Amino acid sequence: MPDRITWDFAEMLSKASARDLFMLKLLELAETNKDIVYICADGAPKGSKQDEFRKRYPEQFIEVGIAEPNAIGIAAGLALCGKIPFVNAFGPFLSVRATDQIHTDMAYNDVPVRVIGTHGGLTSGGGPTHYTVCDYAIMRSIPNMTMVAPADANQCVKLIEASLTYPGPMYIRVARGEEPLVYSTDDYDYRIGKAIIAKEGSDATIVGAGIGVYNGLVAAQRLEKEGISVRVIDMHTIKPLDTETLEKAARETGLIITVEDHNIIGGLGAAVAEAVLESGIPCKFKRLGIPDVFAELGDPEDLYAYYGYDGAGICAQIKKML
Amino acid sequence: MGKPDLELVARLEEKAVDIRKQLIEMTYAIGHAHLGGSLSLCDVAVALYYHFLRFDPQNPKDPDRDRLILSKGHCGCLFYNIFADLGMYTKEELYNGYNRIGGRFGQHPNRKYIEGFEASTGSLGHGLSLAVGFAFSGRMDRANWRVYCITGDGELNEGSNWEAIMFAGHHRFGNLVAIVDRNKIQGNGWTEETVRLEPLADKWEAFGWDVINVEDGNDMEQIVDVLGSLPPVDPVTPRRPICIILNTVKGKGVAFMENEPKWHAGGLSAEKKDECLRLIEQSRKVRR
Repeated sequence: MPDRITWDFAEMLSKASARDLFMLKLLELAETNKDIVYICADGAPKGSKQDEFRKRYPEQFIEVGIAEPNAIGIAAGLALCGKIPFVNAFGPFLSVRATDQIHTDMAYNDVPVRVIGTHGGLTSGGGPTHYTVCDYAIMRSIPNMTMVAPADANQCVKLIEASLTYPGPMYIRVARGEEPLVYSTDDYDYRIGKAIIAKEGSDATIVGAGIGVYNGLVAAQRLEKEGISVRVIDMHTIKPLDTETLEKAARETGLIITVEDHNIIGGLGAAVAEAVLESGIPCKFKRLGIPDVFAELGDPEDLYAYYGYDGAGICAQIKKML
Repeated sequence: MGKPDLELVARLEEKAVDIRKQLIEMTYAIGHAHLGGSLSLCDVAVALYYHFLRFDPQNPKDPDRDRLILSKGHCGCLFYNIFADLGMYTKEELYNGYNRIGGRFGQHPNRKYIEGFEASTGSLGHGLSLAVGFAFSGRMDRANWRVYCITGDGELNEGSNWEAIMFAGHHRFGNLVAIVDRNKIQGNGWTEETVRLEPLADKWEAFGWDVINVEDGNDMEQIVDVLGSLPPVDPVTPRRPICIILNTVKGKGVAFMENEPKWHAGGLSAEKKDECLRLIEQSRKVRR
């Protein structure tokens, strides 16, 4: 593994779309794995990669129309028959509208359906009906569920591959479109349930998931120039939570800030707080995210700044607490 | 439809009497069961598990078996008795393992604990989507099994059913059969006074299904006739899926429970149990 696995954002910044890359991966995997079924909800417009999937693998493709609960129920039925269904739709309509089916058909039946909710957090720009701000909280409180939010598009591809042999039901949150690539290499160990140290540091720790990892790295690199050494943990798997890596960070740095594009109630911050408090290790702690409001309208970057969980907001918070 | 095999009808009628009695004995022994809907569903369930369903109790995971999804999961107790009667487990296991810590038999069935159930159900309005997933899988595999989904009528209030019904009507699965236990009573009272379902057959037909209306869904001759006349399974060629509406009587076989909403669920005293057994015995048809 290389010494440094993440980009230096002062030097380079490239972006990629998880939505594009996971579809390319599924197109590749479905060629040989005939148990894979791709299910979407009004989500295969002409010329899209989803449309290509439909054309190449018509028998492994399902379009349910605008009916997310039905998509999950059908997927659970397929999984009960031994298929490997991937359900892909807007996160808000999967994580909230189809919660009943995720809870009962997928999780209680304990079948390996992979739900990919796009437009995670505030990335849709569509306002509160189209924001996905409860998925971490809902999914992690459902028994049997695994909740994953990859840090970037390339990691999402690693996750899709890893998910093929991972048991049980899983919710995968991705963003809307092109997001910054956090990792400069694919040469790192990715395991569902095992956090990644995206950057070493000793004065404080930022724990991020999804876009929170990128925002955390921006803050950590900025603070490094001021002589403050900040560790960044990519907590891509929110459940099951890697408590070992958290306890180590609490012990070694004494300060943990969580960053999530999610309501601060019940999500990543809450999960980390539970683990650290129960470990008995004294540690300063702060959650950054959406402060339990239906968020304002606007571009995601502006909203992250507005609610204080962009790079600058995280820097300010760490300086305040050190 | 041809003339039903009356010997088969008589055998299944006998079995249905037997299963009804077992259901009453269980309810008395364990203190609580969803009796009303189990009694209305009993005849078709017996016809399926003792004749029409391709199902081997010695090998309940046989890949070639027909699949049955019980959307009205609260009537799992009916199937517990059938599976016990088929020798899949003992009555003692059932009575000792019902609704208690470490037990396998809940008020609603869990597929992970009890073989024979294809899916864990209980929350209403879920079964049809699951069954559609099975039908799609059967089509992918060109499998020669059929998937049945048994729903209650009250649960058709749930909008999720209609997502599945619309989807199945569009995809035209020739391996899917829905059975509606149309006993006309839901938890609260009469379905037509709660939120009107009629004209129910027209609704299914408008969504692309063929509907078979069984006038008396507790009459074994009519049940045998309809199940025996189903077209052969065709996983590939699109055709309208089939919905069998069984007009049944909630509480059927126990006169004081019939059409009586309060017997949706509950327990039985020793006296009531004996009365139930007597009434069920009286309901036995004599064909010979």
